[in-house]
Amino acid sequence: MDSGLSPQDKKDLDKFIKFFALKTVQVIVQARLGEKICTRSSSSPTGSDWFNLAIKDIPEVTHEAKKALAGQLPGIGRSMCVEISLKTSEGDSMELETWCLEMNEKCDKDIKVSYTVYNRLSVLLKSLLAITRVTPAYKLSRKQGHDYVILYRIYFGEVQLSGLGEGFQTVRAGVVGTPVGTVTLSCAYRTNLAFMSNRQFERSAPIMGIIVDHFVDPPGSGPRTANMGHPCNYRAPDDDDGGPYAGVQDSQEVCTTSFSTSPPSQCVCTLSPSPSKLSKPLPLDSLPLPLAPGLVTHTLYASRLSYHPQAGAAELGHPAANQGLHAGKEHGGVASNPAQPAHGADAHLAAENVANTPGENGGRRRDEQPSPSDPLESLNAFTRKIGAFVNKPNAPIQTAAGLDLPFAAFAPRGLDSEDSDPMVQPPDSPTCPSPLQASLHSQDSEGSGPQDDFVMVDFRPAFSKDDLLPMDLGTFYREFQNPPQLASLSLHISSQSMADDLDSLPEKLAVYEKNIDEFDAFVDMLQ
Amino acid sequence: MNCRSEVLEVTVEARQVEEAMLALLHTILLHRSSGKFHYKKEGTYSIGTVGTLDIDCDFIDFTFVRVSSEELDRVIRKAVSEFKDALSNSGSDGMGQISLEFYQKKKSRWPFSDECIPWEVWSIKVNVVNLANEQERQICREKVGEKLGEKVINVVEVINRHEYLPKMPTQSEVDNVFDTSLKDVQPYLYKITYQITDSLGTSVSTTMRRLIKDTLALFMQSVTSHMGRTGFPVCNFSKSKHLLFTLKFSSQKTVAPSLKNIRVDICLSAE
Repeated sequence: MDSGLSPQDKKDLDKFIKFFALKTVQVIVQARLGEKICTRSSSSPTGSDWFNLAIKDIPEVTHEAKKALAGQLPGIGRSMCVEISLKTSEGDSMELETWCLEMNEKCDKDIKVSYTVYNRLSVLLKSLLAITRVTPAYKLSRKQGHDYVILYRIYFGEVQLSGLGEGFQTVRAGVVGTPVGTVTLSCAYRTNLAFMSNRQFERSAPIMGIIVDHFVDPPGSGPRTANMGHPCNYRAPDDDDGGPYAGVQDSQEVCTTSFSTSPPSQCVCTLSPSPSKLSKPLPLDSLPLPLAPGLVTHTLYASRLSYHPQAGAAELGHPAANQGLHAGKEHGGVASNPAQPAHGADAHLAAENVANTPGENGGRRRDEQPSPSDPLESLNAFTRKIGAFVNKPNAPIQTAAGLDLPFAAFAPRGLDSEDSDPMVQPPDSPTCPSPLQASLHSQDSEGSGPQDDFVMVDFRPAFSKDDLLPMDLGTFYREFQNPPQLASLSLHISSQSMADDLDSLPEKLAVYEKNIDEFDAFVDMLQ
Repeated sequence: MNCRSEVLEVTVEARQVEEAMLALLHTILLHRSSGKFHYKKEGTYSIGTVGTLDIDCDFIDFTFVRVSSEELDRVIRKAVSEFKDALSNSGSDGMGQISLEFYQKKKSRWPFSDECIPWEVWSIKVNVVNLANEQERQICREKVGEKLGEKVINVVEVINRHEYLPKMPTQSEVDNVFDTSLKDVQPYLYKITYQITDSLGTSVSTTMRRLIKDTLALFMQSVTSHMGRTGFPVCNFSKSKHLLFTLKFSSQKTVAPSLKNIRVDICLSAE
């Protein structure tokens, strides 16, 4: 019996395993970039599409992978691992998953290397593509950017799963038997994301405009930072870092493109595992690189989300409110709220607002919150007593146009004396117009005040100004949340009107029948 | 060889049916598609490259990977939307099944048509539910996303067993194993069929009809060959549960002159 693979087969197998490892890393890292991957099918093969799959090669990733492998191949006891972790803008980090490419001793001697093994490795890569979109870290990585980034770290040697917390789950992408051992590709992922949930409401200065090298730590800067791993930034090859990453020549090594349909030859082997017991230490000088292509683009996008007009009183509740809805859906409670703008006066306001928003709609009333200023409070009290549009102060009031409001021309004019206004149905005559008037005047002098010292605002609808008009949008909305009962619905009236209705029915019917032609013509007109 | 059969079950809302089916069918086809074969001399061939594409679902919290081929996507979408329409029009309690079958063609002698021998069948059972309010729908979005993730893992496990796959064909045989009609990828020969379970529990099945049609066509052909005639079986499926076959014969050589032109109508009705 022959002992060993033919040298050509052995060479091929090593090449396959090496490129399989490199492509595995590419697939995993690309799946955590936060973007959708799209590659094109091509019916004519090129020399660099290993395993007949169009997987782009990010040069830095290949460089890191080769550095980790250092010329070795995954073998028994020497696994290649890709660790995916999450790092928040405050600097906390957490391991999310570890992908392991392992080799065990179970050999499949009869398998044909250049054909069956190659095809099975190709199917395994496809399975990896599918599985990388299924683990929880995928959703997290799609939402990275402003609050957190996803980092990767490649190491070679013993698999370390201790950083994944308790109760981590394992999913296997597949196995491929080869004459030298069985290749196994699996992923262990963390299920307990509770660590993150307390962090989402603390806000610090945002990391807007951060550039890639922010994450680059000098080598040997301490064990913790050194283990941070690399965010991967896919930059064009002509960046200034092109030097160390110019190892593209290896990936241009021609892959097997030619297959034969002739029957498989006898392929028997015994292969002793590589003798050297490798005890390579974990690479401690890994350079972290951000795993979000164009981190700048993400922050720009995020900063757009958190932009709000600073004219007049600062309106900070609502964008945060809108994004609070998204926070509620986050897996494990990691919020994707962009940090509030770096505005010193607003920072604490933002913190309080954000603390109020998660899981709640921005439209919630805050009756328990203190009013920011007396005028507003008296205004609320005043309007709650009487009803909308009923106060008619006789003294002239400032017109809205005089205030610096957008859409001032459309401000409600219910305060002008309009006795003929059909909407105004005051059950009681207004008793105290003067507090309102006084409030208006005092508002004016405080017009610039709220910007600096309001602490908490309650219900603040979008596009409205606070307490500069007696009947602003918020008050209006509040009022009409509890409208009075319709007259026709109140019981003592309805029974009377019912009888009346019934009596008048025959007359009404007669009238309608007389006018039937008119109605028909009307309906035809509508059609 | 035995055909292996796998069943996946999902419970979804009506608007999620399409995306759930696309996700699972595309995941299976991703693993069962190869690049285009280019045969060279001496029995060697080279294989083209398959690209991939991430697709986000709109109604489900899920992203799946499909082969980057618009033609294939169109074919699958068409089949899935037929299934979805049948499911919603059936007025049943919303249970149906869509099957993706990979088969090999085996050429047989005339007059028998080629045999299709399945080697792997994936059946996806769908159960459609109606939800009452938005909150339940939101929960359903996430839950169905997780379920689909589990199904993808199941698919990967099955495929990973590396059980029977058809042998790589020679150039003349390639159309018996692969679907070579697409420009950019080459999946194994497959067909998609579906069944709706209507409320009476009977299943109106397209495969049943095809089976009957194939069997009867074979029967007719053997009849015609026995009679030494050329015959054209013309089969019409009416929308109702009646299958009408019309078989027309025209012959040159007549056994009996009165049998020169024969028309046979066979009507099957399902009760």
